[in-house]
Amino acid sequence: MALTRDQVRAIALLARVRVPDEGLEPMAKEISGILHWIEQLNEVDTEGVEPMTSVVAMTLPMRPDAVDDGGDPAAVLKGAPEPVDGFYAVPKVVE
Amino acid sequence: MSALTDLGIAEAAAGLAKRDFSAVELARAHIAAVAGARALNAFIVETPDAALAAAAESDKRRQDGRSLGVLDGIPLAIKDLFCTEGVQTTAGSRILKGFVPAYESTVTRNLKRAGAAMIGKTNLDEFAMGSSNITSAFGPVKNPWGPPLGRAGNKELVPGGSSGGSAAAIAAGLALGATGTDTGGSIRQPASFCGIVGLKPTYGRCSRFGIVAFASSLDQAGPMTRNVKDAALMLGAMAGHDPRDSTSAPIPCPDFARAAIAPVKGLRVGIPKEYRIEGMSSEIDALWRKGEQWLREQGAEVVEVSLPHTRYALPTYYIVAPAEASSNLARYDGVRFGLRVPGETLDDMYMNTRAAGFGPEVRRRILIGTYVLSAGYYDAYYLKAQKVRALIARDFRDAFATVDAILAPTAPSPAFAIGEKTEDPIAMYLNDVFTVPASLAGLPAMSVPAGLSAGGLPLGLQIIGRAFDEETVLRAGAAIERAAGFDTRPSRLVPAKAGKGDR
Repeated sequence: MALTRDQVRAIALLARVRVPDEGLEPMAKEISGILHWIEQLNEVDTEGVEPMTSVVAMTLPMRPDAVDDGGDPAAVLKGAPEPVDGFYAVPKVVE
Repeated sequence: MSALTDLGIAEAAAGLAKRDFSAVELARAHIAAVAGARALNAFIVETPDAALAAAAESDKRRQDGRSLGVLDGIPLAIKDLFCTEGVQTTAGSRILKGFVPAYESTVTRNLKRAGAAMIGKTNLDEFAMGSSNITSAFGPVKNPWGPPLGRAGNKELVPGGSSGGSAAAIAAGLALGATGTDTGGSIRQPASFCGIVGLKPTYGRCSRFGIVAFASSLDQAGPMTRNVKDAALMLGAMAGHDPRDSTSAPIPCPDFARAAIAPVKGLRVGIPKEYRIEGMSSEIDALWRKGEQWLREQGAEVVEVSLPHTRYALPTYYIVAPAEASSNLARYDGVRFGLRVPGETLDDMYMNTRAAGFGPEVRRRILIGTYVLSAGYYDAYYLKAQKVRALIARDFRDAFATVDAILAPTAPSPAFAIGEKTEDPIAMYLNDVFTVPASLAGLPAMSVPAGLSAGGLPLGLQIIGRAFDEETVLRAGAAIERAAGFDTRPSRLVPAKAGKGDR
């Protein structure tokens, strides 16, 4: 299916990736081309086929609900953009 | 004795054990080689001091009779997708430029515990998305098989991707082994393009903890080396159960190196007829038939098998992988780490950061992934793809009811020039036509250099095995290696006089 400029704008907003106005048309064309190629999957009869949800047949393991790591604020804060008094300070993300 | 940078891992380990040379000498030779090959752009970060320190410790252990084994003191290159404590890890992206992890990936931790000396972090396609290395924010890697060899004119060649820096490093003698990761062919295709061995293990064999995630149901780490035995040795050190990755398989690892020396007499090898695609180049077809012949001559039984859904593997992959990527890459939002580009509102900051931090291919895949997962389209695209994926996995299960391994080409062509196939994304995606099916099914697969193209460039053959049967993959791969006798090396970085000795 062919995507419109407005659809690309909406997807870009969902993905939080800015696409400038002049980039909408080329992006719509590129993605439409890829989607068109992908749609050959419609030829495949998947009636009654269970979707693959795990690659290797394996039950997810359980572990005891216990702390087994951590307690090293200095190491964690090394990665912080602006550490403040032992806090991992970030821009306000909740209004 | 050949030059220290010409050795395999097993040979180097033997030399270290006999005190022919020290780990420090081995490290110095490789550090010099890396410095002399910067034109290839194979490394994003070089870590000579850490390599020398690790080598000195290794020498001390060996002196004290406490050697950690075959990898102790071996210089390795690490794909810059593995988090390395205290050393910048970028995934080839601007958005992670300057990111220094406070922790170590399990695979690199395992290798370091085995005594390996990391000499640097290798370049890759941004977030491992690509088959040419041209999407790296740090510039493309050049294939050591390119000019001035003159075999393909004056154009620089791609090393393949996404593990192109690792493949180029091994081919050019900059490390004895390297880590790669493979999501749809990112170990095998560059191995084929650079004339080296690349093994993608079974999904779950190596821990994904600390590897920058691309598509979580497909990503798998593996070794890239000069020969099959080395791949087995390196895999043995990388693999194993890790409680920090819930998809890591809680099963013991066999002795991979032992498997690599077993004969193939009596092995049943399948040739999937659907891989003989329309428009396949005659030299790839001829090499594939030669591979069949080599296995037959060593006592294997070669039969035709059918994998009926092969042609749907690529479109399935280009739904599943972008969908998982769009979700995994949501974490790069400029808030907690990495690049931050300010904006008037919070959403502006997110959008500015992600537009500036991600390159065009990554942005494109995020948008496709977001679209195929969005309300109203999920069933038509993502769910449909997961159903076709189940059929592709079933094809392999059916085939492996009658054969022990599958032989196929690794890539549809030899290395192409930098700048080719950039206009049409689908033309680039087609590079992975022979590697993606095994990825979707989670199966182990290995590329082994098998010959040269008419233009003098390396071509690989691929062995695919049953889940958790890397042993048979190694066994069949070693048989191809023995018969092919591929010992051609790119000469671009090795002046004729420096090749003193055997080669």
